[in-house]
Amino acid sequence: MRRSGLQPSARCLVKKEAIAFEAHEECSFGIRLKGERYGFWPSDFLGSSSVLFQAEDVVLYEYDGSVEKGRPDIVVFPTTTQEVSQIVKLTGKHNAPIVGRGAGTGLSGGALARTGGVMIVFARMNRILSLDPQNQRAVVQPGVVNFDLSLAAAPHGLYFAPDPSSQKSCTIGGNVAENAGGPHTLAYGVTTNHVTALELVLPDGEVVRVGSAQGDAPGYDLTGILVGSEGTLALVTEITVKLSRKPEAVETLLAIFDSVDDAAETVVDVTARAIIPAACEMLDGWTLRVVEDFVHAGFPRDSAAVLLLEVEGLAEAVAAQARAIREVSNAHHAREVRLARDNAERELLWKGRKNAFGALGRLAPSNYVLDGVIPRTKLPQTLRRIRQIGARYGFDICNIFHAGDGNLHPIVLYDPRDRGQFEHAMQASAEIIRYCVEVGGALTGEHGIGMEKSELMPLLFSDADFDLMRRVHDAFNPACLLNPGKIFPLSKGCGEIRTRSSAPSHSRPSAT
Amino acid sequence: MTSAMSNFASRLESAIGVSHVSADPSVCSEYVVDELTPSAVAKPASAGEVAEIVRFAALEKLSLIPCGHRTKLQIGMPPSRYDVALDMTALDQIAHYDPGDLTVSVDAGANFNDLAAPLYQQKQFLPLSVPFYFESTIGGIIASGVDSSLRHSYGTARDFLIGAEFVDGTGRLCKSGGRVVKNVTGYDLHKLLIGSLGTLAVITRLNFRTFPAAPSRRGFVVSFPAPENALAFGHLVEKSPLAPASIDVVSPQLLQLFLEAEKNSPEPPAAPLQGKFPGDSWHLCGSIEGTSEVCDRASSEFTRIAALPEAKHSQLITLNETEGADLWHYLGQSVPLLLEACSEAAVFKIAILPSRLAPLLTRACGVVYFALLPQAGEYTRPDHVHRLAKPTLSVFSLCASENAYATLPWCPTQLKREVNVWGLDFVAPASGRPASGSALLGATPPVPLPNLALMRGLKAAFDPQNVFAQGRFLG
Repeated sequence: MRRSGLQPSARCLVKKEAIAFEAHEECSFGIRLKGERYGFWPSDFLGSSSVLFQAEDVVLYEYDGSVEKGRPDIVVFPTTTQEVSQIVKLTGKHNAPIVGRGAGTGLSGGALARTGGVMIVFARMNRILSLDPQNQRAVVQPGVVNFDLSLAAAPHGLYFAPDPSSQKSCTIGGNVAENAGGPHTLAYGVTTNHVTALELVLPDGEVVRVGSAQGDAPGYDLTGILVGSEGTLALVTEITVKLSRKPEAVETLLAIFDSVDDAAETVVDVTARAIIPAACEMLDGWTLRVVEDFVHAGFPRDSAAVLLLEVEGLAEAVAAQARAIREVSNAHHAREVRLARDNAERELLWKGRKNAFGALGRLAPSNYVLDGVIPRTKLPQTLRRIRQIGARYGFDICNIFHAGDGNLHPIVLYDPRDRGQFEHAMQASAEIIRYCVEVGGALTGEHGIGMEKSELMPLLFSDADFDLMRRVHDAFNPACLLNPGKIFPLSKGCGEIRTRSSAPSHSRPSAT
Repeated sequence: MTSAMSNFASRLESAIGVSHVSADPSVCSEYVVDELTPSAVAKPASAGEVAEIVRFAALEKLSLIPCGHRTKLQIGMPPSRYDVALDMTALDQIAHYDPGDLTVSVDAGANFNDLAAPLYQQKQFLPLSVPFYFESTIGGIIASGVDSSLRHSYGTARDFLIGAEFVDGTGRLCKSGGRVVKNVTGYDLHKLLIGSLGTLAVITRLNFRTFPAAPSRRGFVVSFPAPENALAFGHLVEKSPLAPASIDVVSPQLLQLFLEAEKNSPEPPAAPLQGKFPGDSWHLCGSIEGTSEVCDRASSEFTRIAALPEAKHSQLITLNETEGADLWHYLGQSVPLLLEACSEAAVFKIAILPSRLAPLLTRACGVVYFALLPQAGEYTRPDHVHRLAKPTLSVFSLCASENAYATLPWCPTQLKREVNVWGLDFVAPASGRPASGSALLGATPPVPLPNLALMRGLKAAFDPQNVFAQGRFLG
């Protein structure tokens, strides 16, 4: 990546705003934004390698894990809260939008600069500031990678419970913004259940702390409203999280089925037996074959579906639950139920699950991952409906998902170079999401609304709901400087949202 | 009653029906909050009627306080204005219960017990056996933000409230979340309603994740000469492979209160607590849920921990489900028992990191001792109230110095005129929490509420005209 290498002499010039811009276009931080002069980037508090503004540099930041695009004008890499605050103050003077970004692994376009502006990447704020094993708390900067925290906590027998598939690259700041989940959230809850306090930079640059290390801060639950607000209310610069104690025993089972319906019925029945597995994941036949070719996890290629189930806790509890799961699976005609004999076998099974999205990349040039969530008893009928919708549009739709909590991830495989295919993929996806809502579900279980599902929000929310959400948004972010164009449908969002012509937005299906 | 008020009552009557509104002083007197009596009581029969009443109130610039069975209305500051009590108990239906999905959706005015019964039939439950739960509405439980000792394993309402419907201050029916256990669609507005004391919106319906009931449970009571021994033991249990459902520490005085409750109980106890525990000890009460194998394992773990040299205990008693039922009931209902024994009790809620708990407890007990105040279980005379203010401020200061938050959910109205029950000053601008190393009994000015501006902003977003519960939280 090209860095904007500033010479010491140039750095001096940058401070003298009046002369720097035109005279030193090559190496100065004077930048144009939306065609207007944006002013000077204050290199005196950010190092010279901390700002990108050349087109060939910023273009690398116009994607995240979604199918959307949105190019920032400037990308900055602050290292301290103070720097974030200064950037926000400076940007605010120019009324420019600000988008926070972690690792950019998000799947809903949350970390994209939909209307351009300044992107604050938290990659260099990646320190674990404190780890308190006795109180089971850690304080981290937003750029800490999810898995790194669990690694650091491991010597104390502790770990950070939320475990998105991208946990080896996604950041905790991103997890907080999206209220990320993962396979093990069935028993342990999502990110919001593990965050007790935050340090924020508000859109006017003010630094505030909300919540408290122990939790139960008096007054309204500001931490609760901020986690999952997708960067639209404030920038999070420090996070206090709960650490969980590793269980004494873990059993991982693979139940293999000849029909998707049987697998789905098994999920419903496991819960009916008062068992809450730590994880309960399903891969349908399409998916497991692709994964098997890629990972060799031992999934039988001729099966219709597999369930990956994990139970954790006291050795006594785990043994009984594993027995019960085997009984339930057999009652629903499981062809075979395997128990991982050791850690190596367990890791191989999980490798199959966590690398599935990567493996699917081999099937089609592109894929679109949905995130609908339904009441889990509606699983069998919803899976049938997804098959019908796929067949009607002529797509292969793979299913790999958190079956235990009804969080579906249908994956539509398509070729983005074929404009018609893309449109059809989006239409099929919208139909699936509509069906999820019809059976009592919601648009997204863990990926967020971002810019990909904002136009579908009216499926669930009324004008009164949007008005209230809008007022809550404005209580934090009145000028709509933070992550504009997200969550709210464009017609109900900030008044001034305009999609830039340079960042073509695909025409999205809408709720109506 | 002013003529404007009676006018309001009659117009409200015409809008939502005579049977739903009362301005009868004897009815209104049942809805007193901190010595303030409303001028009218409205009892809407639907969410639509709630919205209509709120729109009325907004138009007439009246102050509404929503309520259920009014068991926890003393939480919060005295209202600065209170025109209409909004009695929500007519909205009492279970809207959806889907045992297979482990979700339930219930009207705010439903009794907790009426909800618990159908859940129990499906071997499920909601871990919200909070103080007064047996006569509480579900909306009241959420709005008052109280919790139970089961929070240790199940979390608080913020961990299992998955959606809500409510009427905002503009009189419109709004919602957030949904009826699925995992959902990130839109802002989690329902989390703001927990503990909001009716200051943001009128809750009309709540959606919860339910939990499978454990097949059995077992209780363990370990007695110690001093509180720090009990807390240290609790830490050893935390570090063990056990995942206790609850851990409570009980003072000698509180245990005395339990024994008296047992003595006064109309029904004979299934397994008397009397004589089981050393009277001058502190007790750690831990409960374990699971299969009988899990409970047996817990027994051996507790015995193992108790045998460690650092476990300075005097006795360990194991209670099966029947033997422990009364003790855990009393534990959950400590606050009602305390208030019954001493109507002028000041009950704090202190949120602190476990490692800081022992020193705080010692110093807080010191405050009470030096103030010559009776402790839990000792009866008080009415003239004690005026002596509560200084030690209350001392406890607030102590907590601030330990980086803990103390609030005063239960205390006499008279005390609220001298101290802010939130333990925080709402007037000073938020400027962080100064570490106050104040001496015992040295009443220092309260610490400013952090994020006052943000909280005021949220209040204005939900309730732009300040219709709801004026004065109870932010003034």
